[in-house]
Amino acid sequence: MTPSATSTGSPRHWGDWLFFNIARAAAALTLLLMAGIIASLIHDGLPAIKRFGFAFLWTGEWNPPMEQFGALIPIYGTLATSLVALCIAVPVSFGIALFLTELAPPWLRRPLGIAIELLAAIPSIVYGMWGLLYFSPIFAKYAQPALAGTLGKLPVIGSLFQGPPLGIGILAAGLILAIMIIPFIASVMRDVFDVTPAMLKESAYGVGATTWEVVWNVVLPYTKVGVVGGIMLGLGRALGETMAVTFLIGNMNFFNGFSLFLPGNSIASALANEFAEAESELYTSSLIELGLILFVITFIVLSFSKLLLLRLSRQEGSRT
Amino acid sequence: MELRQKRKLINNLALSLSLAAMAFGLFWLAWILFTTIELGIAGVSLDLFTRMTPPPGASEPGGLLNAIAGSVIMVALATAVGTPVGILAGVYLAEYGRHTWLGHATRFINDILLSAPSIVIGLFIYAIYVAKMGNFSGMAGVFALALIVVPVVISTTENMLKLVPDTLREAAFALGAPKRVVILQVALKASVAGVITGILLAVARIAGETAPLLFTALSNQFWSLDLNKPMASLPVTIFKFAMSPFKEWQQIAWAGVFLITLGVLGLNILARVLFRQRHKN
Repeated sequence: MTPSATSTGSPRHWGDWLFFNIARAAAALTLLLMAGIIASLIHDGLPAIKRFGFAFLWTGEWNPPMEQFGALIPIYGTLATSLVALCIAVPVSFGIALFLTELAPPWLRRPLGIAIELLAAIPSIVYGMWGLLYFSPIFAKYAQPALAGTLGKLPVIGSLFQGPPLGIGILAAGLILAIMIIPFIASVMRDVFDVTPAMLKESAYGVGATTWEVVWNVVLPYTKVGVVGGIMLGLGRALGETMAVTFLIGNMNFFNGFSLFLPGNSIASALANEFAEAESELYTSSLIELGLILFVITFIVLSFSKLLLLRLSRQEGSRT
Repeated sequence: MELRQKRKLINNLALSLSLAAMAFGLFWLAWILFTTIELGIAGVSLDLFTRMTPPPGASEPGGLLNAIAGSVIMVALATAVGTPVGILAGVYLAEYGRHTWLGHATRFINDILLSAPSIVIGLFIYAIYVAKMGNFSGMAGVFALALIVVPVVISTTENMLKLVPDTLREAAFALGAPKRVVILQVALKASVAGVITGILLAVARIAGETAPLLFTALSNQFWSLDLNKPMASLPVTIFKFAMSPFKEWQQIAWAGVFLITLGVLGLNILARVLFRQRHKN
């Protein structure tokens, strides 16, 4: 498969040369796009970067009328909702992948796998509206008092589950995010579990291991790189998710405490709510700098995920 | 004996939890679909497709006609703009650049763009187009959505072309076909079902995208087909109406959510069925 770019002047080679270069230009466009996104965000965020410097990252004040901007609250909200989402989504996705690869009868695997993947197809605006208007009243009435009465009584983590049951806030946003990223993590886990050589599993079953012991002691160690890659992919998705979080996080730019019941703000929802209305140059460029921070964080997380998954497939390639 | 019982117990516990996890996932899917259908159907009427989005406090019933039209126009144009670029880049990755540095770099960056936050795409188009033109416009929305189409189409095209056996290409080469003919009329033709699947999935993805439209196409309360003016779209209208305190607006938003969910899930299922049928034959 080497490009036949040797032009000999005949129309046939000329056509090939042209087609090759058009295709190559289209591919190069992707790289240009990535470079363009980063360059334009840096360029348009420059006024805010110059004004606030690195202190932007750890300043908690977000006050548009006073032209004081700091990213700490949205960064905290983004990380907190994503971590809550991971805490719920990782064990559930692992269970789903285990069910789909080891437990379900073969004829059920495909339809159930598709059903889980459909969770990823539902647009995030649907999650958002459903979450705000339908789910959050129920969550506030039943789930939050129950959590406050049980987990809220525990010594250290108890303070995370205290406060007024508003129905919206970091926990509610994190829970909906968890549902949205489960299909991504579960499908990577299922795919990597599937590549575990049958011989390894059969040897373990042969010496009398139970299904759980095979998965925990053979499959998981063999695929751990891919599993972490899948989790990172889910994290990358959660960090940048906009609409569902915008509906559910409460959009509060003040820090009142670490309780997960409290409303907050995330980078993406600050952008969604405020960008179109931002008047002053400094306000706009502060929001763009927020976007730059979000893009850099997700870029790092997603690159890490991609490198891990590549490593697993290379390891696969060398074994077979 | 005791150890064996303990191991069995742990095994049963773990497998039950795994079943519970599966049920947990399906439970949310069923719950969301059920409420969307229940609350959405109540709002579906002929008005939805014949009337414009209502102004606040309107006495007449409103609809979603301008939002539906805007969505259809922007999604269609974005697909038309993004698909050829995506297919060409996918062709490069599968047919020319499997082992070149450009191929590796593009594949890597493309996978990141595939999962990158779509709101940042909106910011990018705002910076390079909206800010330069001086106003929000339907065209800006088209560009933002097209940038989301491209990575989806690239990755499916590449994967589908890789499934085409090399013997097919070699047979065509042996007949004296030049490389572009081999690619366009043999390799791409053999994977046309897969490529169309990718396009359908891309359409499904952008049909529900809200974030990249918020500060590119913005929204428009009135009927407008002018791509140089702000343009209404279904997702942005839902966002506005769902956040509003008016019951009638929320009702219209539920109907919109129902339409979008139906359309997006329908496209997803169609894509899978189409792909499956072709690969059975």
